[in-house]
Formats: sequence, structure tokens, C-alpha cells
Amino acid sequence: MSRGSANAGAIGARLINQLVIPTPSTARGRDLRGSLGSRLRSEIPRSLRALGMTRSWWVVALAAPVLFRPLTLAAQLAVKADTLYTMAGAPIPNGVVLVGPDGKVQQVGPAATVHIPRGTRTLTARIVTPGLIDARSVVGLAGALNTPADQDQLETSDPIQPELRAVDAYDAQERLVAWLRSFGVTTIHTGHGPGALMSGQTMVVKTRGNTVAEALVDSATMVAMTLGPTVGERFKSPGTRSKGVAMLRAAFLKAKDYARKQADPDSTKRPARDLKLETVVRVLDGRLAALITAHEISEIEAALRLQREFGFRLVLDGASESYMLIDELKRAGVPVILHPTMIRNTGEARSASLETAARLHDAGITVALESGYEGYVPKTRVVLFEAAMAAANGLSREAALATITIDAARIIGQDRRVGSLEAGKDGDLVLFDGDPFEYTSHVCTVVIEGKVVSEGCR
Amino acid sequence: MLIRPWLLLLTSLATAPLAAQERPVALTGARIFPVSGPVIENGTLVVQGGKIVAVGRTGSVRIPDGAEVRDARGKILIPGLVDTHSHIGDGDGGDRSAPIQGDVRVLDAIDVGSDNVKRARAGGITTVNIMPGSGHLMSGQTAYLKLRLGKSINDLLYCSDPLTEICGGLKMANGTNPRGAPPWPGTRAKAAALVREKFLKAVEYRRKLELAKTDSTKRPERDLEMEALVQVLDGKRTVHFHTHRYDDILTVLRLKQEFGFKLVLHHVSEGWKVAREIAAAGVPCSIILIDAPGGKLEAINLRMETGAVLDSAGVLVAYHTDDGITDSRFFLRSAALGVRAGMSRARALEALTIAGAKMLDLDDRIGTLTAGKDADFLVLSGDPFSTYTHVEETWVEGTRVFDRSRPEDRQYATGGFRLMRDFEAGDDDGDADLGGGR
Repeated sequence: MSRGSANAGAIGARLINQLVIPTPSTARGRDLRGSLGSRLRSEIPRSLRALGMTRSWWVVALAAPVLFRPLTLAAQLAVKADTLYTMAGAPIPNGVVLVGPDGKVQQVGPAATVHIPRGTRTLTARIVTPGLIDARSVVGLAGALNTPADQDQLETSDPIQPELRAVDAYDAQERLVAWLRSFGVTTIHTGHGPGALMSGQTMVVKTRGNTVAEALVDSATMVAMTLGPTVGERFKSPGTRSKGVAMLRAAFLKAKDYARKQADPDSTKRPARDLKLETVVRVLDGRLAALITAHEISEIEAALRLQREFGFRLVLDGASESYMLIDELKRAGVPVILHPTMIRNTGEARSASLETAARLHDAGITVALESGYEGYVPKTRVVLFEAAMAAANGLSREAALATITIDAARIIGQDRRVGSLEAGKDGDLVLFDGDPFEYTSHVCTVVIEGKVVSEGCR
Repeated sequence: MLIRPWLLLLTSLATAPLAAQERPVALTGARIFPVSGPVIENGTLVVQGGKIVAVGRTGSVRIPDGAEVRDARGKILIPGLVDTHSHIGDGDGGDRSAPIQGDVRVLDAIDVGSDNVKRARAGGITTVNIMPGSGHLMSGQTAYLKLRLGKSINDLLYCSDPLTEICGGLKMANGTNPRGAPPWPGTRAKAAALVREKFLKAVEYRRKLELAKTDSTKRPERDLEMEALVQVLDGKRTVHFHTHRYDDILTVLRLKQEFGFKLVLHHVSEGWKVAREIAAAGVPCSIILIDAPGGKLEAINLRMETGAVLDSAGVLVAYHTDDGITDSRFFLRSAALGVRAGMSRARALEALTIAGAKMLDLDDRIGTLTAGKDADFLVLSGDPFSTYTHVEETWVEGTRVFDRSRPEDRQYATGGFRLMRDFEAGDDDGDADLGGGR
């Protein structure tokens, strides 16, 4: 009997491989997996019944593979690597990652310690890393065409609009999303862009799915804010740096007052719901982080000052002059989502240095790299390339990889799910044919939650 | 009287520093990519008087007496890079008065002391074609510069006298950048018609010049634009044509067919769609590599594979920076990503050096490490196409113009506090080219 159920388990695993893996869209994959489950429930009992078993017997028979041979039924995909960067410990030579049918990592380790169930689809690569994370993007709200019709990252009717949700403007089928995915980016923290005092909310998505719902990881992550003269280019006021800070302080004070009134025990005295203030309250109470784009020294200092006054969770964005304020940043314990390494040395970023990521990292500051916002050509950057440039300018290979995996995951609050290859985390992987950062290496396969989402070396 | 010989000697000693470049320099033990031939694993390069004296295997190359011998073991030597399309030097070009301004010279507006010129040296660029912008059908005359250390544009020009010589090419553009309200063209067909009309005028002007050879009274009045266009018709001035979409590329090929000018296609985002046609026309392509498509409609189908596709179709391919669209410091990277997308390493290296030299008609002087050519070369820390490689030294005509070990030079490679000038890329039609639209 146990032999029979083991076979049933193997058949099940094969079925999962056949049905689920070639599916391009995760949503369809999920559907198929669901129908497979019901098929197992309807067909296997029938065959067991034919063997003269009662209902209680087949329940035990079905449970057996789960209880005694969990890996046999479960493995959806195995990935073998000459060098496996788990980002949770030292790289593993000759490593294996096993991903279960739920899309989660089941097991990670040296090949000798990981049993790959027979029939499991197995991929092999020289280097394997976790799926890459773009810690701050506008892709999906901003499209490649760069015409007003596909630019939804910045609303210019008011400089303070934190109520704008990223989920209401994300195009999961945007070609730039597919472009990033093809270069190994599986998770993006995207949403409203820089350019307003509060431009709106950000969210976290996987670079998959046909709809925002299918892509979604976290629907509201941060509120995007910008300090400095770029805001004045689009709005009548603020026209100066200090006016911008004054307006932000007023907004936070108003939200504090709103929160106090909302807490009134007498419900008749509570003010009507206000989407704008509600969102700022969520920043004040720490449910949403404040993502402040600040490049120049005075702007970064102003961001730290605001943080001290209102106590919100601050994440610095851009921060091209941050290497001049390393002690201050360290003291404040603020993580930095640093501008793309190859940002143009113009305007606010004229002091950008290729070595900033290394300097911040060496000082113990948590750093992630971003594609950021691009107004022109290229319409997005690719964090793999930006991290490579940082690795060529003082950052160790593993620290550079951390800026687009585990450290990025930490900053966007998703390190329990993504950013490293550990049991229970998402089975997001990138397969390379060489050093991920070498210009002439290729991303050969990209996997999101156990499913191949991009193939063909590029 | 007796003192005189001593005076002479003193004089010669005093001038010794000036004559230092005359002292031969030999770099030995390096891995040399001469581009003109196979890699030399343990090679020696000898330069003197601004020229390459010898290049070959260490031991087989004679090192002249008195040469400064430098141990270059572990280093890679390649020719100085040729950037066929750049906007360094903060130059401009035609103004908003007309869409065709063939009389305007970018050399009248270049600041050779600009920080982005220093950045280009840090990126290993030794020869550059500085272009006016692409917001015009014809935005002006380009300038071919050697990035010597110099205070004046005259120190950097390839030509010796801008008053009597041709010092660059002619910049033209089609597609969306030169569009606008009249007198700018509103459609593609109108753009082509305006350009054809102008060239027909030049044909007529040239005919009058011919007639004047026998009858000087028939000599037409001097017309600066017509003079430049006659140089184009005569094949003495190359047209550098900004064009993205495949149909716009074909329009340029039609213009070339009609007027017979010497042509280099620039950007060529959709060149992969019409590679055969470009090859059949025998026209070289100076291309850009961007990290992602889009940002402007014409670049939506831009691919990293363009270099490989054009090359295998038999087209001469060079990369360019279009600085500030891509940064001069990352020029090697453009070709490296071309290799990633299928180009051979050898061709990619040519696309940074000799191919561009050919497009600027300078291949007799630059583009390879060959005895007799200008001593323009780079000392690299590693493989030319590796991410981790740095340009350690850039040499122009036997002089080191960038040295990464000098802090004041190094900052132009890495960036530094308040180092770069505060200018906006693409802020007007005279700036960066992909960004030259309005």
C-alpha cells in the first residue's frame, strides 16, 4: 500500500510539473494547480476504491505521502548551481534549491544534502541568486512610450497628494516590467515618483501577472516625498526649499490633529474621513514609511530633521550627496535607497559618485539600489547593471548583490518573503551563465515562485 | 666667445622639459590588443614624438636608448577610443531661426576645459566627433577633436586651420526631433522635401562654381551654407545623420542615393530591421546602446542586439556615447553589452576604435596600435569588456592626459562633490542628441 501511494505521489509530482511549469501566467498556474488538486481528490480515491478500500482508508493513503514522503509530492522545481548565492550565509558551491508546489523554497543546501525527487524539473546554471529586487521604481506607472497617456507616476494638480494609491495606476503588462524581469528583477517597489512634496503611495509587486492583483505583494508600502528645487519646477508653491519643508510640517501637524479628533470617544465629534489626512496618519503611526527623495546635503538634513520632529519611519531616496553626511545617517539609523550608480551627473545629482554605495555600506548603513525615475532615455534603469557598476567601484561582489536582494528586501519590509533563498521564502531565482555582474554574462532563466517566467540567455 | 658653447648647452638643458615627449616611452610586458592584428600576450609598445614607434612581443621589439621603460605587466593596452557622436564641451549649434543651418560650426562654441571633456578622457576617449543637436534637419558642422590637453579649441582640432580646412562633418536629423511649427517640418515627407530642396540648391551652386572656373565674373556670391553643402556633394565632408525608425533610415539612404554624399547613420535604433538595406547601400552605422527601450517613441524598438545584427549583415559598426545620453566614462561598457548581445569581442573592440576612425576618415592616423600611427592608447587594469576593469591611463600622442592614480584625475572617473557643472542634459536643442527634441 505504501508503495502504491508513493507511486501516486510521484504521478502527482509529474502532473504538477507538466501542468504548472510551462504556464506563462502565475494566475493560470494557480488555477491549474487548483484543478489538479480536485482531480487528485476525485480520481485517486476512485482508483483506491477499485482496490476495495473504504473511505477512511483512502484518507490515510492520501495523507501518507504528505506525512512520510513530503518532498516526493511537493517538489515543483529544482535548481542546481555551481555557485549558489543564497544571501543568507556564504555562497554554496554545488548548491541546490528545491521549490515546492506552493512556490516556496523547501530546501537549500549543498547537492549532497538535498534530495531531488524523481521527475522534478531540474534546471542547472553556473551562478544562481535570489530574484533581484528593485528597491524603488516607477515602472508600471511610468511606461516606455513616455507620452502623457502612459505617465502616471506624478500628478501635478497639488504638491501634497499622499492619498494616491499605486494599485490604481499600475499596468502589469507594461513592457518595461517585462524588460526588468528579463534581467532578473522579480520584485519591484514601485509607485508614485519623485517631484511632489507628497506624490502618492508606493507598493511592492512581483514582475508577473496580467493584473495588479496577480502581481501584488504589498498594496501600500511608503508615501513618496521629495525635497528640493525639483518640486518647484512643477508647482507654483513651494518655490523654495524651506517653503517645501514648512508645507510638509504643516501637513504632518494637521494629520496629528485629525488623528486626535478621530480618536474622540464621542463618535459624533469625529471629523469626516479624509483620504489625504488618513494616509499621513498612517505615516505618523508607522504603518507606512516616509520615502523622502533628497539629493543635496541641505535636503538630506531637512529629511532627518523632519524625521526627528515627527518620528516616522524614514527611508532616504536618491541621496547623491549622502556620502558627505555618513555620521549623521548612521546616528539616525536611516536606510538609503541610493540613486542608480550610473545616474547622470546633472542637476541635483551633479555630485553623484560611483563610490557612494561602497562608502555607505562600509559605514554600516543599509543600502539598496534603485532604478529610480527616468524622464527620458533610457526610460528605466536595470538594477543588475547599477549594482555591477557599484561592484566595480569599491563594493564587494556580495555586498553589491545584497543591495539588490536581501538589503533591498529589508528596506521595503519584505525580507520575510523575498531577498534570500531560505526555506519558507518565495522561490524567486535568477540563473546566470557567469558572474552576474560581468557585462558579458547572461541572465538565462528567471523563476518567480517556482515558475519559469523568462527564458533564453540575455 | 668661449662661453657661448656653454650657453648653448644651458639653453638646451632649459628646454629639456619641453622636449620630454621626445624621449621615447616603452611599456613592456603588457597584454596588447593592437586591433590591427591578434592579441600580443607579452607585448611592448614604444612611443616617441607623439607616434607609435613599435609594437610587438617583448624581446622582439627594440627599445631605443634612453627610453623611459615602464613595467606594464598585468596591464592591458588598447588603442584610444573613438567616439563618433558626442556632445561634450558644452557646444551648441543652430538656433531656433531655421530648421536647416549648414553654415553653423559647433567649433565656434566648444569649451575644451569643460568637466565633461575631462570625464571623456577618464573614459578612455581620445578622439571625438562633437555634434550639434538633433532638433534641426541640419543643425550645423561637427568638429573632430583629439582630446589633447589644451586650453583652446585650436589645440584639440584635427584640422590645422579652421579658416581653410574642413574640420568635421555635417549633422543632419530626421524623425521626430526636427519637427515643429513652420518653418520646421510638420511631417516626415515635408522634412525630406525641405532637405532635397536645399541640396538641389547646392547642386546649382556647385554648377555656378564650375562655370566660374572659366569665367570668374560668373562666380556666385559666397554662401557659407552652400559652401559646406558643396563639400558634402563633393564627398569631402561627411554627413552624420541622426535617425531612429527603420523607415526614416530608408529615407536617409534615398537621400544619399539622390545626392551621392558620404554618410554615417547615427543611433539607428531600428537598424536591425533594415540591416540588409543598410549593408547594400554600403553605409556605416554609429550606434548607441541604451539600458532599456523607450523614453521616446522612436527608440521603443531599440535593442542591444543591433550591433551584432548590423555586423553580421556586413555593415561597419561603431558605438558612440551621445554624451550626455550615455556617459563617456562608460563607453567601454556599451561595446561590452554589445558582446553580451552577440557581437564578437574582436568586432566590438573595432567598434570602439578603428571603425569609428574610418567613419571620421582618420583611420590613417588612429584606431589601431600600429607603428606610425598616433600614440593614442589606454592602459587598462583588466579585460576591456570586464565590468571590473578601470581605465588607468589615457595617452594622447605620447602624453598621459588621464592618470587614475592622481586624485585630481581620479575624481573625473568616479565623480565627486560639486565637481560637475550644473547643467541640464537636453535642456535645449543644442544639447544631447537623443535628448535633442523639443
